[in-house]
Amino acid sequence: MSGFFKSSIGRKVSMALSAFFLMIFLLQHLTINMMSVFSADLFNEVSHFMGTNPVVQFALQPVLIFGVVFHFVMGFILEIQNNKARNVSYAKNNGGANSTWMSRNMIWSGVAILAFIVLHFIDFWFPEINTKFIQGDWSGLHDGQLRYYHELQEKFVNPARVAAYCVAFVFLGLHLAHGFTSAFQSVGAASLRKKLGTLGKAYAILVPLGFIIIALYHHLNHNH
Amino acid sequence: MNLTLKIWRQKDSSSKGQMVDYKVTDISEHMSFLEMIDVLNEGLVSKGEEPVAFDHDCREGICGMCSMYINGEAHGPDRGVTTCQLHMRMFNDGDTITIEPFRAAAFPVIKDLVVDRSAFDRIQHAGGYISVNTSGNTQDANATPISKHAADTAMDAATCIGCGACVATCKNSSAMLFVGAKVSQYALLPQGQVEAADRVKNMVAQMDLEGFGNCTNTGACEVECPKGISLDNIARMNRELMKASI
Amino acid sequence: MALDSKVPQGPLKDKWTEYKNKINLVNPANKRHIDVIVVGTGLAGGSASATLAELGYNVKAFAYQDSPRRAHSIAAQGGINAAKNYQGDGDSTYRLFYDTVKGGDYRSREANVYRLAEVSANIIDQCVAQGVPFARDYGGLLDNRSFGGVLVSRTFYAKGQTGQQLLLGAYSAMNRQIARGKIEMFNRHEMLDVVIVDGKARGIIARNLVTGEIERHSAHAVVVASGGYGNVYFLSTNAMGSNVTAAWKIHKKGAYFANPCYTQIHPTCIPRSGDYQSKLTLMSESLRNDGRIWVPKNLEDVKLIREGKKKPTELSEDERDYYLERRYPAFGNLVPRDVASRAAKERCDAGYGVNATGEAVYLDFAAAIIRYGTEQAKIKNIQNPTEAKIKELGKEIVKAKYGNLFQMYEKIVDENPYETPMMIYPAVHYTMGGVWVDYNLMTTVPGLYCIGEANFSDHGANRLGASALMQGLADGYFVLPYTIGDYLADDIRTGKISTDTPEFDEAEKAVKDSIDFFINNKGKHSVDYYHKKLGKIMWDKCGMSRNEEGLKEAIQEISDLRKDFWTNVSVPGGANEYNEELAKAGRVADFLELGELFAKDALVREESAGGHFREEYQTPEGEAKRLKEFQFVSAWEYKGEPKDAVLHKEPLVYENIEVKERSYK
Repeated sequence: MSGFFKSSIGRKVSMALSAFFLMIFLLQHLTINMMSVFSADLFNEVSHFMGTNPVVQFALQPVLIFGVVFHFVMGFILEIQNNKARNVSYAKNNGGANSTWMSRNMIWSGVAILAFIVLHFIDFWFPEINTKFIQGDWSGLHDGQLRYYHELQEKFVNPARVAAYCVAFVFLGLHLAHGFTSAFQSVGAASLRKKLGTLGKAYAILVPLGFIIIALYHHLNHNH
Repeated sequence: MNLTLKIWRQKDSSSKGQMVDYKVTDISEHMSFLEMIDVLNEGLVSKGEEPVAFDHDCREGICGMCSMYINGEAHGPDRGVTTCQLHMRMFNDGDTITIEPFRAAAFPVIKDLVVDRSAFDRIQHAGGYISVNTSGNTQDANATPISKHAADTAMDAATCIGCGACVATCKNSSAMLFVGAKVSQYALLPQGQVEAADRVKNMVAQMDLEGFGNCTNTGACEVECPKGISLDNIARMNRELMKASI
Repeated sequence: MALDSKVPQGPLKDKWTEYKNKINLVNPANKRHIDVIVVGTGLAGGSASATLAELGYNVKAFAYQDSPRRAHSIAAQGGINAAKNYQGDGDSTYRLFYDTVKGGDYRSREANVYRLAEVSANIIDQCVAQGVPFARDYGGLLDNRSFGGVLVSRTFYAKGQTGQQLLLGAYSAMNRQIARGKIEMFNRHEMLDVVIVDGKARGIIARNLVTGEIERHSAHAVVVASGGYGNVYFLSTNAMGSNVTAAWKIHKKGAYFANPCYTQIHPTCIPRSGDYQSKLTLMSESLRNDGRIWVPKNLEDVKLIREGKKKPTELSEDERDYYLERRYPAFGNLVPRDVASRAAKERCDAGYGVNATGEAVYLDFAAAIIRYGTEQAKIKNIQNPTEAKIKELGKEIVKAKYGNLFQMYEKIVDENPYETPMMIYPAVHYTMGGVWVDYNLMTTVPGLYCIGEANFSDHGANRLGASALMQGLADGYFVLPYTIGDYLADDIRTGKISTDTPEFDEAEKAVKDSIDFFINNKGKHSVDYYHKKLGKIMWDKCGMSRNEEGLKEAIQEISDLRKDFWTNVSVPGGANEYNEELAKAGRVADFLELGELFAKDALVREESAGGHFREEYQTPEGEAKRLKEFQFVSAWEYKGEPKDAVLHKEPLVYENIEVKERSYK
């Protein structure tokens, strides 16, 4: 089995498996964030549960981190290998004739998403880690109230950040537009690749759009 | 029609190559692309210059020898054809046509447009066969019925001509369509299933060793494949390898 | 030297079995010490290499292409015959034997053909075991179709790519042996001479086509499986690289060359479109199962069609001449190739050709589309189907059967053959003649074998469709590996053959001298210039019909052309590099000799038989007139110039078949 994951096919299967995991995570993330649009209290409660539940914090969170890091690292390793496989490039190459822009530029949409994740970690994840693990404050309270909704709104005041988020979500959409069905193909489910084409497109458009709506909503509706 | 050709010229595998411009005139739209190159070469030979070296043999789209990257596409702009089946009616008077060899680290250039595709042979040596001896003392051909669907799907995979357009066109120079087609052909037939696990492991290992890239499912290979080999074959190979590894 | 065919005694049906029982064998431990060279890796060479290696011999295989898989066997479309009688339509080993001898116009060797028919069934078993995806019916059993010149369905096929699938099968068998180290493969190598030591073939001189290096290779036996010489016509359905060089070089070293004038002109090829044409493309004979061949009845219609003022689909049934159905009601569109080709030429010569060059007839699928469509409508229980629906259903069936051929046609001609009839015309396709071999497939040089299309043995004066694949694989898988053991049994104590001998020195020097000549001769014409000229002489004077005057002219013209070639040919580039022009020069030099022998053979054979049609010898109805006194194989011995070649005759004796007038009416 270890030989399998060293083979080119094993590696693409592992990319696909981590992608499935991340796509499920995205749905979950979107669902919770979407609550913030409808109810600050609900959002606060769910966020507090996620932020303090030991299973989430000590089991799922490390898996998620591993999944994200693995997907990026493996993506870069494969990209380097693939570049080496074509040591001389074509003087004229008409890639558009046979494949989509998205499929040919997964590395660049991936890099854009990576840049976003760095920003996102600086915005949310590092402060959380700081509060909980360094300062040891697991109460989730700020001035006697659950702090999550307020913190969320704070971040979307700055229009530059909102713009950066929106651009990143567009790249996420481009990445998913190819990645969704591609993952099925990689694990050998060719018939699902074809059957789920529409679902894949819907996912690739609706999930990033949802995040964009949330960002814009909070930007336009923040309470000073 | 009159055309400008930009062609990759490279003396041998160790020399540096470059694109060179040529003009050809009075090209008929009924000519095949290689007949157009014949015209160019006839002119070069008559001037005492070395003709452009290119691989070709059957000139009817089945031997898989011809291998040109024309205007940024393997076997040129037409679909479902090899270079030898590409006709000049696909081009217009005054066009500039860029002609390059199939590019991949695993396909080193031998001369001009001729590349070495022996990596494909070595992948086949690693397992592209059914271990039956050739004595003829096998069971009767009709002893094992094979469903028409399985036989037809195996045939579709088996139509691969080993030209390497999939590798040339893939942005990663991946050989998975080629290997997938061969793995699929045998995996679909009862005769091939006995050794299926070893076959797929050995062929994939050799493919990786040859320095082909990874598949990122762009699907370009399927589009450019002159024989229309389907991406399903790559998926089947992935399944076969997973099955073999568990 | 008297020709000894070494046909074993005994009843025909027992000859091969009895012979195998008594033949000398080499024990497995000794086979490891014996080397065999195989030149060519098509169906014959590939299958022979695989089996010899499997038996334990050390095989060195040579191909001029970059991989064995590219040999031109790959282009065979229609199918492979085998006397399996799966259809229960009365087929048998004898019937396949009978059809082949009759189809060959009683000019092939009885015992060889019977053996071919006998092992044919094994080929199918073998190929299925190798994973060749033959077409199957819905019950999962193998499907068959019918080919020209026979009354049963015995042709197995894999879409229109049967040759490809069989070759890939043989290639896969080779791969298994290459992986085991039993076959050493030399791709992009061309054999340029055979080395004879003490009267036996002991090696070859080969040129590495990438580096230009001249290499010596020794072996205890040499097998030539280098295919046919159809490219002597320049335009043929052969691959661009197909050549006679290996066969011709062994001829010059003592192997007799048999029946060079027997050439098959295939009736269904895509007509030529212009002078720039580099090759001709075959449309499988299987198309004649469903396609009907016709030309307009009236010359006015021909004129209008040529001018583009009328479409073939506008002609009513009454205005069409289905000339094959008219002349040969029993076999109709499925007459043998030679008959179909001559009939097309007859119509076109009479002015009924339907394209601009006047060299094309129609192959029409409209009737088949309607027939299949009606059948499908019944199967699918569609009541009162419209004509459009019937056509749609019929087209689906035709597409399933011939889709890739139709696509190929459309790509080349830019016309949709589902809507308008195909245009076809005969083209050079296969050469029945070749190196003379005995029952063991050995040439007149001990230790030198010749198999597949390169030899002459099984097809007489005309080959039936789907029989070339059968012969190639029969020779390679099931015949040569046995018979060669009989010879090699004497070689178990010989040890490794040295390449450091005067014989190798001499052969290598001759090869190098010839290459040096080409490189240094700063002439004024390209190699293709000569090849095209030769091709034109051959087509005009040694083509579908020949006559004494034309053949005499051809001999003189080819001789003159050859002299000119050796004075004025120009080859750019150097000797020690990849140099396609240099490789071509050597091949054309050999074609220029073969061409003359070809014409001489045709001149001497004062009869018509199969692919050889002498205008002086025809029946009042224009059919071939075969003569009893020419019931022999012409085997030519090399004596320098082709004009000095000496004719040896191997009489053909028919004990198991009655020699009759060959009629397909």
